[in-house]
Amino acid sequence: MSKSGETSTDRIEKKVLLRAPRARVWRALTEPAQFGAWFGAKMPPGSFAPGKTTRAAITHPGYEHLTLEITIAKMEPERLFSWRWHPGAVDPKRDYSKDPTTLVVFTLEEAEGGTLLTVVESGFDKVPSAYRATAFRGNRDGWTEQMKNIERHVTANPAT
Amino acid sequence: MRLRLVSRMCAGGPLSIVQLTGGSGVTRQAVTKHLHVLAEAGLVRDSREGRERRWELDPSRLDEARHALDVISQQWDHTLGRLREFLERSGR
Repeated sequence: MSKSGETSTDRIEKKVLLRAPRARVWRALTEPAQFGAWFGAKMPPGSFAPGKTTRAAITHPGYEHLTLEITIAKMEPERLFSWRWHPGAVDPKRDYSKDPTTLVVFTLEEAEGGTLLTVVESGFDKVPSAYRATAFRGNRDGWTEQMKNIERHVTANPAT
Repeated sequence: MRLRLVSRMCAGGPLSIVQLTGGSGVTRQAVTKHLHVLAEAGLVRDSREGRERRWELDPSRLDEARHALDVISQQWDHTLGRLREFLERSGR
């Protein structure tokens, strides 16, 4: 994976070259079942439409009590897909509805050998620092553990 | 603009609004607005020196913010890695 990309206090940018045509990448991003398979959430059918808010159960073992909540911003077929969410919103007992959101934008570009996918998440400067610090400190170990689960799953079920 | 304010405060602080506005090409009100956003994020803090308010970086919070972004940045690496694996596994 490309390590390139810029980091300020407000935004994160990632670029990755995917060896698949744009149409294929677009489907992986915007068809709920496909998105759910790699993102790790049980997306209900019809989740993705501009303006629509979806709550979906996280599917990784041990993390089923967590909920993913995203509001779709824009969908420009095979070019741009964006949503808003509360980064690190991992505490089911806390109400995040009044907190500022960050914007996640996926951009697809034709590239040699496949599709160049750029992800930009921005708006961190407006996320209250106290919540941000605790949310992410709590999240760090959880994420490491979650990655191990995925690795185990992928290794144990290579055909799925 | 905010990055410029932060780098100015890195170079020498605490600074007054007048010092922070100087040469920026924007109004004091605009600078004040940006400072309040940064303060809300815990990146800068203000103090009173006599009748004047001065602004400086809050290094601990800045480290915290950088750390938080590092963690999210890593999460995106992992997430995109999973997308890549998914595409390779599922073919066309």
